[in-house]
Amino acid sequence: MGKKTPLFEKHESLGAKMADFGGWDMPIHYGSQIEEHHAVRQDAGVFDVSHMTVIELHGADGLAYLDRLLANDIGRVKSPGQAMYSAMLSETGGVLDDLIVYATGDPYLVVVNCATRGKDLAWMRRVAEGYDCEVVERPEFAILAIQGPRAIEKVKSIVGEDLVGDDKVGEQKVALIEGLKVFQGGWCDGWFIARTGYTGEKGVEIILPEDQAVSFWDSLLEAGIRPIGLGARDTLRLEAGMNLYGNDMDESVTPLESNMANTVFLEGRDFLGADVLRKQTEHDELVGLVMAGKGILRAHYPVFSDGSPVGEITSGAFSPTLGKSIALARVSETSSNMTVGIRGKMQAVECVNPPFVRNGKQVYKPKKPR
Amino acid sequence: MAEFPTDLRYLKSHEWVKQDGDVVVVGISDHAQDALGDVVYVELPEVGAECQAGDEIAVVESVKAASDIYAPVAGTVVEVNAKLEDSPELVNEAPYADGWFFKVKVSDSTAVESLLTAMQYQALCEAEEH
Repeated sequence: MGKKTPLFEKHESLGAKMADFGGWDMPIHYGSQIEEHHAVRQDAGVFDVSHMTVIELHGADGLAYLDRLLANDIGRVKSPGQAMYSAMLSETGGVLDDLIVYATGDPYLVVVNCATRGKDLAWMRRVAEGYDCEVVERPEFAILAIQGPRAIEKVKSIVGEDLVGDDKVGEQKVALIEGLKVFQGGWCDGWFIARTGYTGEKGVEIILPEDQAVSFWDSLLEAGIRPIGLGARDTLRLEAGMNLYGNDMDESVTPLESNMANTVFLEGRDFLGADVLRKQTEHDELVGLVMAGKGILRAHYPVFSDGSPVGEITSGAFSPTLGKSIALARVSETSSNMTVGIRGKMQAVECVNPPFVRNGKQVYKPKKPR
Repeated sequence: MAEFPTDLRYLKSHEWVKQDGDVVVVGISDHAQDALGDVVYVELPEVGAECQAGDEIAVVESVKAASDIYAPVAGTVVEVNAKLEDSPELVNEAPYADGWFFKVKVSDSTAVESLLTAMQYQALCEAEEH
């Protein structure tokens, strides 16, 4: 049996199909993954993502430490609580993990993946040597992501009636949410609320004490917010063109090869792995593929450009929003004549720049061949 | 609970088979569609294709994975369920009715008798879950 989030019994009682995910028993879907996907694109859904790892960085050197640790430039983050997405690299430039850091000052708040937890903590503590920076895991939190065009209004209506009956706290939480810009978070009464997510929709992610998770979950469902499993989370993030660690990138590739160049700031910086990235002028790239024909693109299918093998798919799925299959693929070359081998047959695909879908709408653009 | 109609025969690879004279109808079981999750694409054989028992003859793709469908008996494909092309969700909604895959004219009409009974197949599914 794997680890259980505070909401495990809720998932079971909702009839969720459970599966192991990085050592945790997590809900994959509650009946229909596709209906859950549409619910997030069209209304609002809630994901239990308490398996993810919450870390605080305590000490005066948090900023200097993050400047050394991350490929993205924490020094560019000016507004308090602003979120920054970044790769954390090995000394050889490989992606150890992707993460979100919230610029909350001391302590900084960092959320990393669950499958990489042990390795991340060991690495982060090793890099912290010599800095006034203590890497503290906070496993006592639950995390709920509420996403969709109606997510924020529904969350506001719920937190407005505070769970402990203190109206002031409810008002404060509503005010916090209303004051947040996209990609910004803040603390209120032991809750960290941020306008971040992994779906390409509007929404919030809320880090809250685990003993409040069940009652908040119940309130969300009573307000008509649908529970969403990790299956739909995967198709939503793929449509949104967001990478999944372990599929789309890992230690064997750099962020430049992972469609993450816009999160890498090299100039005047000396982060771990920077030297390797400076020298990497020619490299593969992670691109989007769309297949107009029938069939489903899947991870590891071979990709061809003008008939020559150029790489493989890293994530592929049926896109419920577009009604056809989409994929991310790491390739050495692109052209207007791209194909994918599906069970030995060549199928035509269009090479595009992700994302595929944002705020419920198709947004992808054809990629210019290089 | 998954349904296991007793008038059908089954394969351990989760296909069901319904015999009607020298033609058999093939689909996937309720248990199988539940395990696969939402079906998003079915690659069906060509009408006229010949098959041996155990041939990979079709593919069912769900949100989760692609799975091979095996020919339960030797024969010739005489009809495929064209509705699945635009409505693959029929496999989830009615696995034993509108969600059928294809029909095979069998070479040996006694071949179906060697397949699993509903009781045998159900026992196998339950063993798989534990």
